[in-house]
Amino acid sequence: MANLEEILQEHPLFVGAPADLVRLVAGCARNHVFRAGDYLFHEGGAADEFFLVRHGKVALEINAPGRAAIVFETVGVGDFVGASWLIPPYRWAFDARAVELTSATGIDAACLRGKCEADHDLGYEMMKRFLPPLVKRLHATRLQILDVYGKH
Amino acid sequence: MASIDSAAPRPSDPFVPQIYRVERVSRELTDIVTLELNPLAGPRPPFEPGQFNMLYAFGVGEVPISISGDRHNSGFVHTVRDVGAVSGAIAKLSSGAMIGLRGPFGTGWPLKQAEGSDIVIVAGGLGLAPLRPAIYDVLANRGRYRRVVILSGSRHPDDMLYRRELEQWRRHLDVEIEVTVDHADADWRGNVGVVPTLIPRAAFDPRDAVALICGPEVMMRFTANALRDVGLPTDRIYVSMERNMKCAIGLCGHCQFGPSFVCKDGPVMRLDRIADILTMREI
Amino acid sequence: MTDSVAAGGTATISRGVVQTLLDLLTAKNYEVVGPTVRDDAIVYDRIARLADLPAGWTDRQEAGRYRLERRDDGALFGFTVGPQAWKRFLHRPVETLWTMRKTEDGVTVESGDSAVPKFAFIGVRACELHAIAIQDRVLSQGPYPDLAYAIRRQDAFIVAVNCGQAGGTCFCVSMQTGPQATAGFDLALTELLDGADHEFLVEVGSEAGAGILQELPHRLATDGERAKAAAVVARTKDQMGRHLETEGLKELLLSNLTHPRWDDVAERCLTCGNCTMVCPTCFCTTVEDRSDLSGASAERVRKWDSCFTMDFSYIHGGSVRKTPRSRYRQWMTHKLATWIDQFGTSGCVGCGRCITWCPVGIDITVEAAAIRANPQPQTGRQHGQP
Repeated sequence: MANLEEILQEHPLFVGAPADLVRLVAGCARNHVFRAGDYLFHEGGAADEFFLVRHGKVALEINAPGRAAIVFETVGVGDFVGASWLIPPYRWAFDARAVELTSATGIDAACLRGKCEADHDLGYEMMKRFLPPLVKRLHATRLQILDVYGKH
Repeated sequence: MASIDSAAPRPSDPFVPQIYRVERVSRELTDIVTLELNPLAGPRPPFEPGQFNMLYAFGVGEVPISISGDRHNSGFVHTVRDVGAVSGAIAKLSSGAMIGLRGPFGTGWPLKQAEGSDIVIVAGGLGLAPLRPAIYDVLANRGRYRRVVILSGSRHPDDMLYRRELEQWRRHLDVEIEVTVDHADADWRGNVGVVPTLIPRAAFDPRDAVALICGPEVMMRFTANALRDVGLPTDRIYVSMERNMKCAIGLCGHCQFGPSFVCKDGPVMRLDRIADILTMREI
Repeated sequence: MTDSVAAGGTATISRGVVQTLLDLLTAKNYEVVGPTVRDDAIVYDRIARLADLPAGWTDRQEAGRYRLERRDDGALFGFTVGPQAWKRFLHRPVETLWTMRKTEDGVTVESGDSAVPKFAFIGVRACELHAIAIQDRVLSQGPYPDLAYAIRRQDAFIVAVNCGQAGGTCFCVSMQTGPQATAGFDLALTELLDGADHEFLVEVGSEAGAGILQELPHRLATDGERAKAAAVVARTKDQMGRHLETEGLKELLLSNLTHPRWDDVAERCLTCGNCTMVCPTCFCTTVEDRSDLSGASAERVRKWDSCFTMDFSYIHGGSVRKTPRSRYRQWMTHKLATWIDQFGTSGCVGCGRCITWCPVGIDITVEAAAIRANPQPQTGRQHGQP
């Protein structure tokens, strides 16, 4: 478990976090390794674990009938995969597929939600750390849908 | 301003196009071609990476097109996208055809200012074309710069400009190149997402780096934000602006952007000098 | 008896000698241009006779209003400025830049028609002298001078006139461009009309002016005449129809780019572009590329343009300045603010034409004062801020 705490503290989401917070979160965490092509989760599945990428690359994609999956974003080292664990009904909205060999720290969503509910200071700290990268991703997504490279 | 003091003699009348011959035409993408142009007589004037020429299609009109070739090439190389009457006429020229040319005009990329520092070159879409001469210069004089980072974004893997060259540049062991696309199919194993998302992971020291950004204005603004977010000061970020141009020599008034004339105070402009009006609408 | 008068010196001529001046300039192959009445306005056109001048006419100008009225005297220059500026001769409204022809061997290019007459301008006001100097800076002192303009300027002979009265929309005093003509002329006249006496004080502004005066019947001016001329100018100075506070004006306008006043003026502005056409310093042009039906020859024609058109800022399938608000803001902030960054002086000479000839009477001095009275500086995150 101490190993997990060190690993967590290296990730941008937890850099500089107080030791007791990291310990609390580590209590919900475990290591994963995904081979190229493995799915971290599928659309519609229970959003019961989200991931912090340590090495590798993960593609977020959508499947539509009659055509190949559309990758709308890839995330890598230092990013997180999955936000639907935060909001009911806790179901994944997309597929997440490892593009290459990827190691990630999985965090049990129910475990973390439970701890945040019991300790609001932990909850607030998690919100402060999770929201900025989420908002930045929203901004990037908005720029993406502008299709600025297209002809006008 | 980073205006260029070219020692070369100007054409006798900057209003009159010189006649050039199209030597070679290569198709880059569906609606994008690259033309290599040689003057009918004498050498072409020297240019700085970042400058542009006004290309004239006989009887149709003129458009400003950035120079996108190597400084050591005997001709002018221009990558042109067919988006209107004039660019369409130019994009349809074949080898041996004549074309009018006025230039070079404008300010160039701050390659001198970047010497000794990290240099971060960020291209969006067709923005790679005005940056290519800078990339050639940097790679030819690699020792003058510390870390070299080249980031390029396209709409889709099939829309990637100069793809073969990007792959060649990637073979340089002392250059970091990352590309990304706005969306892709599952068989694309590269990055998907807008270019600013590549900034946090790019290996440069924001305490001593110079960034060159070129692409659609929205992309340049967001990229500048991402660079600023990692600590790069705005007086070390340069963008390439674009406005309506008619004369390209500061006399017709069309290209004004606040107090600047994009044709002579730009197109390459330092961000801190234009930051306040860059985010304002309809300036 | 004609005494020699050098540059800076003054002489006196009688009314009739003005005709002699016109004849002399014509004889020296100048195309003589001066004010004349046409279409109920005083415009600049070829003149030959004293009778061509608007003797006994004056103008009444207000925002959106221009009328000619008869004077109760026969003053030759008893009016201010009309809808035209001297730029229509120096920076021509339509100009063929070049013609290109396809031949068997290739392509030939001919520069445009540069055979332009040398002009003698009669009756240039102090504000207009400044306007000409401002256009000189823009068109012939940049990195790419317009040589055709520079030649026309060099060849032009300028007879200035000190205004005997101010117009209803004038504010040259605010802009420090008048009413006294101080530089940029070959000769400057001040009309001295006193009952039956009708004379002109002539100030020599250059060697060319001295040379012309030498060939005209004149006598050295007396102290009394000089004092009378000074009094004329002093009276005009007190009659200004408008005032523009220029202190810190550039910073004021550039820090109020999102002021609600711009929305206010946008509701009135028709974007007709009259202001840009009548303004003596507006210089913007566009080019038109034409070819004949066979495609064997092509030409490029340069024409006056206005930043009020949608085309002016067109890129990539849209205009940068779509709204009238943005286009009015562009014109006014360019004229009063960014012009200073670009060319070292204000772009405005206080002639009042834009106020007079605006069909809805928008007044640049009122707009500036409204912003000054209630500044609302734009806030907004700058790239440089953390």
